[in-house]
Amino acid sequence: MNNFKVLMNGIVKENPTFVLLLGMCPTLGTTSSAINGMGMGLATMFVLICSNVVISSIKKLVPDMVRIPIFIVVIASFVTVLQMVMQAYVPGLYATLGLFIPLIVVNCILLGRAEAFAAKNNPLSSFFDGLGMGLGFTIALTLLGGVREFLGTGKIFDVAILPEEYGMLVFVLAPGAFIALGYLIAIVNRFKKA
Amino acid sequence: MANKLIVSLSPHVHSGDSVQKNMYGVIIALVPALLVSFYMFGLGAVIVTLTSVAACLFFEWAITKFILNRERITILDGSAALTGLLLAFNLPSNLPLWIIIIGALVAIGIGKMTFGGLGCNPFNPALVGRIFLLISFPVQMTSWPVVGQLTSYTDAETAATPLSLMKMAVNGETAALEKLPSVMDLFLGNNPGCIGEVSALALLLGLVYMLWKKIISWHIPVSIIATVLVFGYALHFANPDKYVDGITQLFTGGLMLGAIFMATDYVTSPMSHKGMIIYGISIGFLTVVIRTFGAYPEGMSFAIFIMNAFTPLINTYCKPKRFGEVVKK
Amino acid sequence: MKKLESSLKNMALALTGFSVIAGGVLGFVNDITSGPIAQANAKTLGDAIAVVVPGFDNNPAEAPEAVEIDGMSYKIYKAYKGDKFIGAAVESSSMGFGGELKVLVGFDVEGNIIDYSLLSHSETPGLGSKAADWFKKGAKGDITGKNPGKGVLVVSKDGGEIDAITASTITTRAFLVAVNKAYSAYNKQNVDGASGATQQVSSKTK
Repeated sequence: MNNFKVLMNGIVKENPTFVLLLGMCPTLGTTSSAINGMGMGLATMFVLICSNVVISSIKKLVPDMVRIPIFIVVIASFVTVLQMVMQAYVPGLYATLGLFIPLIVVNCILLGRAEAFAAKNNPLSSFFDGLGMGLGFTIALTLLGGVREFLGTGKIFDVAILPEEYGMLVFVLAPGAFIALGYLIAIVNRFKKA
Repeated sequence: MANKLIVSLSPHVHSGDSVQKNMYGVIIALVPALLVSFYMFGLGAVIVTLTSVAACLFFEWAITKFILNRERITILDGSAALTGLLLAFNLPSNLPLWIIIIGALVAIGIGKMTFGGLGCNPFNPALVGRIFLLISFPVQMTSWPVVGQLTSYTDAETAATPLSLMKMAVNGETAALEKLPSVMDLFLGNNPGCIGEVSALALLLGLVYMLWKKIISWHIPVSIIATVLVFGYALHFANPDKYVDGITQLFTGGLMLGAIFMATDYVTSPMSHKGMIIYGISIGFLTVVIRTFGAYPEGMSFAIFIMNAFTPLINTYCKPKRFGEVVKK
Repeated sequence: MKKLESSLKNMALALTGFSVIAGGVLGFVNDITSGPIAQANAKTLGDAIAVVVPGFDNNPAEAPEAVEIDGMSYKIYKAYKGDKFIGAAVESSSMGFGGELKVLVGFDVEGNIIDYSLLSHSETPGLGSKAADWFKKGAKGDITGKNPGKGVLVVSKDGGEIDAITASTITTRAFLVAVNKAYSAYNKQNVDGASGATQQVSSKTK
């Protein structure tokens, strides 16, 4: 499998949000606006690339029976590093994403990719897998965040398009996340069939 | 001679019951409440009701035809019209047109057609529309016009409803309770509120009609009403300064409308009588809990919504006995 | 290189080894970022104070004075320019529609409201939550420039002059209660001009 194919696989064919339905908690929880969705997507992508590369480089040193705890240690370390760095240098974004940053540890995408891809492939392919999956996740979250922000407040990336009184507040709140995600998946499926 | 013998499978006798008959029966039962609302809110109520019904019919037609590509168009079975009417009953009479149309789109589009149309929807479509609007446009959805302004629409003067007064009392402003309308006014419908919910009397007339025509059974409405009464009085006797009595709980807000027309929706309520009573008691309990301790003043719609979600579970555990089944010893 | 077998020795070694390395890396990153994190946290409070009482050159967030009225404690962050006392930000709270409503109100020397900032709340989204901007300068319920000392702030429905947030009179009332309480705390503070510092010390020793 060449690396370009690996990259596109994560973005389109096995998009973690729209096709694999992995990592639903941050998907629903953080996408109240396009910028929040993008921030979460990029944060996850960073951890995903780092953990994929490291896990794939150390796979020979990891005895099979304890591989899961070791993968978790690697992922948790990167998440903690990310958390401290964000807290120090982008406190605004950190405050918005809040609890969801430490929760990246238990994001199924990370452990799923570590098990399904990084533990079986070389570090370079794993890098591209992490990049592809991360980009797919980021695109999906930005899209979902954009749709919710537009329907909820009439803005996209904080640029006003409609007057705010036409915003349907429910889309900024939790129920709107489920409704918007459901219809986005339905639309994506329809286009994939065609 | 031979072709006069028709061989067919059972059932051989048709009771005459049909979707149309039941839907139009419920619509007839809603007429008294509709008349009261026209009398109380005048032009605004007429505009809101017509818009809501027309928009629901239109979206039902458009979605079946263009998105689902179905041959059979179902707009005349009465269910879309009923959804439109019930949605209008759950809206204040000064709501702008575009909000009503969004509500109808959500009720029919998200609440019903997404799941496959009538009979497949897990939640009452009119309630989906109402809750969507309540959360999306809280300002417009919680400013109710004062009754008696017959010719005004969006410019009508608004006032706090009995429910918001009750909420203020719970939050420590005991003087608010004195501003409550009398029980008689609440019963007849002389108080601000959504179009269809103001008059308990008119809604009870509808209940009597539906029971007489056997459109619904008594289990759901009666269990809801009894629970609200008992639980309401329990709170009232615990602290009369903060909590109103059960009878006021009963006649305020959408309780009667919900108990009689919304909770009894065939598709989304349990099938066995035992299940209906569990469902009714839970709705009554949740309503009072949300009204008293929740962030929103009205809890009826949320309570029905939550219990709609539990209906499949209730159906699983309260299966009616099959005809001829032997009772296990 | 062959993959390591899952023997007890290998597993123990691998787990210990990776944990130690991870711990080391984390310790290292913590060392680098702990300074900036502390700064960023201090800046958040400092920024909030700078919004409600602009123009100071000391660090008000450093030593807030605690004032107690009716069993409730208020934090007062004092702003100085040079040696001159130019106002203070008072942290106050009250019960709103959905729960506690926390505000930071800035007063100038005469007790006029300069600005406010909603620190935390649990009001209904879209209704009570509008309090974050409703009372700002130029908005409908503008309270800036008003002095609660000359007349307690009251919502127009109760005969006052502040317009309530549409459909959220309860939140508005709660908010104004918090502002009025902040003012009484501000009035009770141990300060006027230069003697502030010494009085503050004495109030602490009490």
